[in-house]
Amino acid sequence: MIANALQQIGRRTFDVLATMGFAVMTYMKVVFGFSRMSVFVPLLIRQMYVVGVQSLLIILVSGLFIGMVIALQGYQVLVSYGAEGSLGPMVALSLLRELGPVVTALLFAGRAGSALTAEIGLMKATEQIASLEMMAIDPLRRVIAPRFWAGLICMPMLATIFTLVAIYGGKLVGVDWLGLDTGTYWSLMQAAVEWKQDIGSMLIKSVVFANVVTWIAVFRGYHAVPTSAGISKATTETVVQASLMVLGLDFVLTALMFG
Amino acid sequence: MDRKKQLQQRRVEIAVGLFVVMAIASIAILSVKVATWGLTGGQSTYTVYARFDNIGGLKERAPIKIGGVVIGRVASITLESQYYTPVVELRINSMYDEIAETSSASILTSGLLGEQYVGITPGFVIDDIAMLKDGDYINDTKPALVLEDMIGQFLYNQSDD
Repeated sequence: MIANALQQIGRRTFDVLATMGFAVMTYMKVVFGFSRMSVFVPLLIRQMYVVGVQSLLIILVSGLFIGMVIALQGYQVLVSYGAEGSLGPMVALSLLRELGPVVTALLFAGRAGSALTAEIGLMKATEQIASLEMMAIDPLRRVIAPRFWAGLICMPMLATIFTLVAIYGGKLVGVDWLGLDTGTYWSLMQAAVEWKQDIGSMLIKSVVFANVVTWIAVFRGYHAVPTSAGISKATTETVVQASLMVLGLDFVLTALMFG
Repeated sequence: MDRKKQLQQRRVEIAVGLFVVMAIASIAILSVKVATWGLTGGQSTYTVYARFDNIGGLKERAPIKIGGVVIGRVASITLESQYYTPVVELRINSMYDEIAETSSASILTSGLLGEQYVGITPGFVIDDIAMLKDGDYINDTKPALVLEDMIGQFLYNQSDD
């Protein structure tokens, strides 16, 4: 009886360890998995186009509107204390420290992550991945690695663009519409934002989120059940898990960096 | 067919190139327009110290001003071990290196509710007065006004009359 229970625990432990080991090994293979640059770079550029350039529009538009909305709401509160001069720092700091990387990661998970999962899952369902293996081409290198690296490179760039556009969106509402002084907006912002602390934290966060989101997307696709139901489940799981991981990790990173 | 594919590849590469340039440009604009590098934006500084009786609500990174113009920032605030006097480390831009030793430093508040800053009033300069150098102490300091003390004093004076 007790021996059976112990055996159960032991088997579970082995299973967990095996899964973890497998995930780590796959991750390592993907991260360091490009053999020749002349083959890898064109594939990477193609994926950067799909993952990065095609996500640009949604990032630009939502960045603009989020910046505008923060400025509008912030102004309403700050003006009642006569502190509307602090609008610039408020917009810049909230975007750089939190909203920029987090919202970019969420949008990225929805726009690019789901597409990655569905594409890879469908490749698996239509046995394209199996046929690559038949031709002695490692699908991890040929299919997964370029997509993963493209996500890893593109998301910090998207987060930077998002933040900049949002700060200009805030300027649009605060300065051009509500009549705050341009000099006040920029100079107080400059006094409050420090490169290493704030822009650095944005970059660190977005690199971490890029890793998590792209990895979940790629892994879910690669291990999707190769049926239509399986692919749809994998796509949903990508968006849900990536979003939850991003929000949870954001708290941990904030606590580590600003706590 | 092959030519069409080449053209498409070219278009993809141009788009990715534009994307990368955009990202680099935005980090450059963020660095230049939105942020400052370190305490004083990467310019060279020198450090002087000032002992205050009471620093009130002065914080690290608070500005140092002469006549309203920011000339540096507070680097650190520590207690001197022997007498427990607060010592404020002032990091002043090297551009302003002709502040006389006779200058006085006071802790002021910008506006009624604003942040506190260190105001320096330049002192007189005659022949044997040296300028503040790296590591010097400003001797003439005025502590921060603490509202509770002021009210207490006011009430005390009232009861005297």
